[in-house]
Amino acid sequence: MAMTMTQKILAAHAGLDSVEAGQLILVNVDRVLGNDITSPVAIKEFNKLGVKDVYDKDKVTMVMDHFAPNKDIKAAVQCKMCRDFCNEHEVTHFYDVGRMGIEHALLPEKGLVVPGDVVIGADSHTCTYGAIGAFSTGVGSTDMACGMATGKAWFKVPSAIKFVLKGKLNPWVSGKDVILHIIGKIGVDGALYQSMEFVGEGVKELTVYDRLTISNMAIEAGAKNGIFEVDEQTEAYVKAHSDRPFVAYKADEDAVYEKTYEIDLSKIKSTIAFPHLPENTRTVDEVGEVKIDQVVIGSCTNGHYKDLEEAAAILKGKKIAKHVRAIIIPATQDIYLKALQNGLLTIFIEAGCVVSTPTCGPCLGGYMGILAAGERAVATTNRNFVGRMGDVKSEVYLASPAVAAASAIAGKIAGPLEVL
Amino acid sequence: MIFNGKAIKYGDNVDTDVIIPARYLNTSDKKELASHCMEDIDKDFVNKVEVGNVMVAGYNFGCGSSREHAPLAIKESGISLVVARSFARIFYRNSINIGLAIVESDEAVDGIADGDKVEANLTEGVIYNRTTGKSFAVKPFPEFIQKIIEGGGLIESIKSGLIK
Repeated sequence: MAMTMTQKILAAHAGLDSVEAGQLILVNVDRVLGNDITSPVAIKEFNKLGVKDVYDKDKVTMVMDHFAPNKDIKAAVQCKMCRDFCNEHEVTHFYDVGRMGIEHALLPEKGLVVPGDVVIGADSHTCTYGAIGAFSTGVGSTDMACGMATGKAWFKVPSAIKFVLKGKLNPWVSGKDVILHIIGKIGVDGALYQSMEFVGEGVKELTVYDRLTISNMAIEAGAKNGIFEVDEQTEAYVKAHSDRPFVAYKADEDAVYEKTYEIDLSKIKSTIAFPHLPENTRTVDEVGEVKIDQVVIGSCTNGHYKDLEEAAAILKGKKIAKHVRAIIIPATQDIYLKALQNGLLTIFIEAGCVVSTPTCGPCLGGYMGILAAGERAVATTNRNFVGRMGDVKSEVYLASPAVAAASAIAGKIAGPLEVL
Repeated sequence: MIFNGKAIKYGDNVDTDVIIPARYLNTSDKKELASHCMEDIDKDFVNKVEVGNVMVAGYNFGCGSSREHAPLAIKESGISLVVARSFARIFYRNSINIGLAIVESDEAVDGIADGDKVEANLTEGVIYNRTTGKSFAVKPFPEFIQKIIEGGGLIESIKSGLIK
């Protein structure tokens, strides 16, 4: 039976020669992830199981990133609960303030995911690691609890949609524009329950960071995972971050796909998702006059060094508009340090931006940049649902770091070429 | 599995941010979560919901975040069953894992209005609209999932050795 990339990884982890779409299987997982919001619920469930230890103290991973540094007393209690649990169970990969980063930027950086792995995470953007050829998907806290106890998770084997990429991106167009373009095309449930598999000669034209952004937002199309074929760039990235041997899975030539889309990267323009769904996309030339109050550059989607570099190239020597607040959030401590050493933070601060410690904070309307009624933000984050960044009458426009930086300068949604 | 209650109806793409806004995720207390359930889409929900009520919605219900707080808040608020045209996948598995009954049916969603009296028998795979007298056939869960639900959720299923 011919299989997709995803199906091959799942079959290998279920100890089966082959699997087919729709089959329910029990899979061994290589990593179980949680954060400071989802882990407390998982810990309560784990304690109900009456299991003494976690299945593998090197494979359970907790990252304090959503409301950390603690935003209030309740958040402090939740982080403490995670900290105490990880101490008690001698969890190796517990990342607290000062050592943490936004989880989906942190795990690849720390080499905790390699191609061919199965990773479950109690966070919907766990699908990010498909960028480096792993099967990874978001689950809930109960799945996390059972994963921590047994090292297993149940899955319905997904069917898949194939995206054949060709051509090369234009200047100032990046992975964010590619995924927003795709979500605009297929809709927020366009890949519901399915895998999105990215192949074709265009893949090599995308950096690993572009791919991380694309896979990260597969969930915004309803997908179970979004996975890229492993190439030389992936191998170079993985070897630079991990010593662990890995398997690069390729789909069978005759694997069955529900649909195939051909995406010409050279035709993609800077793309913005208007409120209140990621599928409400317009290209930058279709935007019109949209005045903004805030810009957020960061998150698990676009808080990588490459993203900050892109923003800095636009902000260098310029000032942001007087009425705009621009918040820059490097996704990890390493990214923060590199941005400091290379002068990026100076550029941001001189332009009038504020630079924050890594946190998910404003992306989900937690803290560090909440919007009032009637306010608008351009954000490099991943969701623009009603009330996502604050008041239910505020608005979030999703965009690339380049568009976000340009918009901060223009004081309205703008493309990079309008301010350079 | 039999359910009985008045319908509370919403549209498409009801996301987890409106089901339980992230500003309340600094707690995992079910009662507190339930007290803010649906707040950003329907401020009146917590006042009107009654034990046993059936939530009815369109496509892609529960899209967005993986927060299990969403199905937990809905269940704790008194909702006994969610009927939608489709569910976002993480919400779907979370509901099964915590034992919130959910079912997909275009016909039932088309045939149930807000406030209608709904009865559902998911063992037999049928939903009745007792207000209009219509009934709708629904697909039963696959056996594996049925076992988890009947076992009282994933935790109980593991404890009882159903899943090893």
